[in-house]
Amino acid sequence: MTTSAETSLSEQEEKRTWTDYFTFNTDHKVIGIQYLVTSFIFYLIGGALAAGIRTELATPESDFVSPELYNQMFTVHGTVMIFLWIVPAGAGLANYLIPLMIGAKDMAFPRLNAVAFWMIPPGGLLLMASFFVGAPQAGWTSYPPLSLMTGKAGEEIWILSILILGTSSILGAINFLATILKMRMPEMGFFDLPLFCWSMLATAAMILISTPVLAAALIMLSFDLIVDTSFFDPTGGGDPIVYQHMFWFYSHPAVYIMILPFFGAISEILPVHARKPIFGYRAIAFSSLAISFLGLIVWAHHMFSSGTPGWLRMFFMATTMIIAVPTGIKVFGWCATIWGGKIRLNSAMLFGMGFVSAFLIGGLSGVMLASVPFDIHVHDSYFIVAHLHYVLFGGSVLGLFAAIYHWFPKMTGKYLNETWGRIHFVLTFIGLNLTFLPMHQLGLEGMNRRIAIYDAEFQTLNIICTIGSYILAVSTFPFLINLVWSVLKGKKAGANPWKALTLEWQTASPPLIENFEEEPVLWSGPYDYGVDVSEENDQSVQELLSDVKADMS
Amino acid sequence: MTTANKLTIISIAIAIAIISLWYGQSNALLPVAASPEAEAVDGIFQLMMTVATGLFLLIEGVLIYSAIRFRKKPGDETDGPPVEGNVLIEIVWTAIPTVIVLIISIYSFDVYNAMGGLDPEASRDSGPQQVAEKTNSNQGLEGLIASVSDYLALGLGESPANRSKNLTPLSVDVNAIQYAFLFTYGESGVVSGELHVPVGQPVRLKITAGDVIHAFWVPQLRVKQDAVPGREAQISFTPQRTGEYPIICAELCGPYHGAMKTQLIVESQQAYQSWIDQQQVAQSQSLEDAVAVGQTDPLNAYAEEIGVNQQTLEQLPPHTH
Ligand code: HEM
Ligand SMILES: [Cu+2]
Ligand SMILES: [Cu+2]
Repeated sequence: MTTSAETSLSEQEEKRTWTDYFTFNTDHKVIGIQYLVTSFIFYLIGGALAAGIRTELATPESDFVSPELYNQMFTVHGTVMIFLWIVPAGAGLANYLIPLMIGAKDMAFPRLNAVAFWMIPPGGLLLMASFFVGAPQAGWTSYPPLSLMTGKAGEEIWILSILILGTSSILGAINFLATILKMRMPEMGFFDLPLFCWSMLATAAMILISTPVLAAALIMLSFDLIVDTSFFDPTGGGDPIVYQHMFWFYSHPAVYIMILPFFGAISEILPVHARKPIFGYRAIAFSSLAISFLGLIVWAHHMFSSGTPGWLRMFFMATTMIIAVPTGIKVFGWCATIWGGKIRLNSAMLFGMGFVSAFLIGGLSGVMLASVPFDIHVHDSYFIVAHLHYVLFGGSVLGLFAAIYHWFPKMTGKYLNETWGRIHFVLTFIGLNLTFLPMHQLGLEGMNRRIAIYDAEFQTLNIICTIGSYILAVSTFPFLINLVWSVLKGKKAGANPWKALTLEWQTASPPLIENFEEEPVLWSGPYDYGVDVSEENDQSVQELLSDVKADMS
Repeated sequence: MTTANKLTIISIAIAIAIISLWYGQSNALLPVAASPEAEAVDGIFQLMMTVATGLFLLIEGVLIYSAIRFRKKPGDETDGPPVEGNVLIEIVWTAIPTVIVLIISIYSFDVYNAMGGLDPEASRDSGPQQVAEKTNSNQGLEGLIASVSDYLALGLGESPANRSKNLTPLSVDVNAIQYAFLFTYGESGVVSGELHVPVGQPVRLKITAGDVIHAFWVPQLRVKQDAVPGREAQISFTPQRTGEYPIICAELCGPYHGAMKTQLIVESQQAYQSWIDQQQVAQSQSLEDAVAVGQTDPLNAYAEEIGVNQQTLEQLPPHTH
């Protein structure tokens, strides 16, 4: 199992020091935390931009910032949240967890892994630097010809930044795939894999298939921008619709790239804190693969009112509708998992159940959007903004918070504070619904998106949204305080504070540099809660766990 | 399962069904529907809202109930029952959503067809039809002018119902530019910044863009179509309710995108006719002016083709690139 080229190197170091986190370190656990912390910093930046956007929208006039700056703000907000927060945070979680979950010492290609991470800070800083030369202002979708006409420097920086971040994502995906396929401990078959690994398999496959197409589109856009070619520029015979197809061929899969890791995380968290096996392991595992496949053939549902012929609109309506089925399987499976369990309603579980509750709303509006005649009405309206935030904030971000509360004791050896955690959850959940629920109505009534100036009749609902967004902004503070306080003074958590069964809990917290002191043993399935207790003469989970603990110390 | 349990489940199911039906049908989330096509779309919305409300209540109910009823008792450190799945239940919850989305798909297909979305004349895309040309006028106006062509358009065509009734549609050309819509009435030659149509007569819009992508959206008609430079799109609708409705640009087209708005005025045949007459008188005057100035302006050749005259150009906010 020792394919890591870094073995000799890491054997010399006894302990991690904080300086390791600022170096080109090849330990997947260091890299995982580097990803998480870096992306969290960008989350704060993206959040500040969001607060600016909502402040502008508190009034119907354009009075807080100039219309150009407004467009720059939502463009950079969207780009940061997607490419610098959710995608890298998912990669960070995967980096940290996959080798531990499969009993490996590190990722398959540790150096490549470090390279992938170290592309993120320059990519992000580059994007931030664009504010000095006029940030991009054509939206995160950057449709030509508009993107070719609004500030060349900012647009080119945007393209380069996305190319760097996309490359990083591809390198990460290669690593996840190789690690899960090849580095599992010998006795671990595919159906012993924790569901998080299944979802990362699906994610990695999507990244590898779709991201190169985005890169191609952006390189062509770059040529149009700099050397006046006409791939997408209609003045030279180019076709802007081709860009849209290439863009969405990546960016629809991208939305699943952003949610699948958290689907996986939730499938880990709910069974542990409900003390019950996951309901329908195979169905949930295969539904990830189904989503991964179907996700590749639905992209033109973002183009129903664009240059898409009628028959094609019908085709993409059908595929998009079908993708709701595997998504539904997961949601029902999670509900059945907690049903009848013995739920520990701690912060991790609150965020986990909050995830299901909020993602549900985004999933339901997603099915509505699949209906072409209805989508034609609400496309590019605030209904879309509501949908995408319920899946990305209600889904990915709540899922990520659940994951942080769940795995923080593993990463640091300390618990997060529960009181602060609950305050964080309550503020986040209220803020989320206050901000995004009214947007459904705004969109249905006719408020279009990406505007700084709107009709005065929409002001009341917009003020509610703005208040909600301020609550969300406030909600980050309890979390930040909690993180800092717990790292320094938090209650010590042992190797397995949640009494969980997946392998990452079979080693010390934080894990040793080489992950496991001795080869870990696969003595139960990942979700066998309650299974042993019911069989007489067999050891209970509890006893098994203490055995393991004794072995380790 | 005890009888009491069964009764509870049945009454919960009935309650969910009633609330969903009520909310699905009576929510006032959509603006008035000003055309039969819009009413048909609302039918889909109501069905989808009914189903969504039911699923919402069911799943949120399960979550809240679980959080209360299945909380761990203090001191209880044992695990829950080791239920790992149930093939029958899993088949049911795969099959039910499948049937639901199948029904919604067929219903949507039907409505989309009735709206004219599958009219072969309008639903095929023949790709970019024209190499748009970049123009540089001496007034510093730089823009992109795609000339109207006879190729097949893209979008919503004639609805089968109207076709069978043999109504002749009113045809208007829509040109979207930063940050205005220009409406050209083919028959009368009227060019306007507002869209006036008579009630009851089908309307067919040919939509083009002059610079970047825009979108034509009238929420009360539930129709939207992007205006893409270099290709022509088409939408059709039959206004059946007089009134003024907003026409909104729904595709980001620059800093003043939020201000790119105008009115659709659905009025009686008489009022419409007198408006056309008025416009014709006013414009015959200004067009002459425009042609006189236009001798030296290379833009005018194109401008005339799409019906832009000096006056309409001056009304537009300056272009900034
Ligand atoms: C039940 C599953 C889902 C369905 C059927 C669905 C369907 C759709 C459709 C049809 C659109 C296009 C709407 C339009 O622009 O007119 C859309 C937009 C969007 N969806 Fe979903 N969706 C689903 C789940 C998700 C998930 C899981 C995510 C991400 C975590 C997501 C993120 C987005 C985003 C970001 C957009 C807007 C993109 C933009 O225009 O900026 N969706 N969805
Ligand atoms: Cu999509
Ligand atoms: Cu616009």
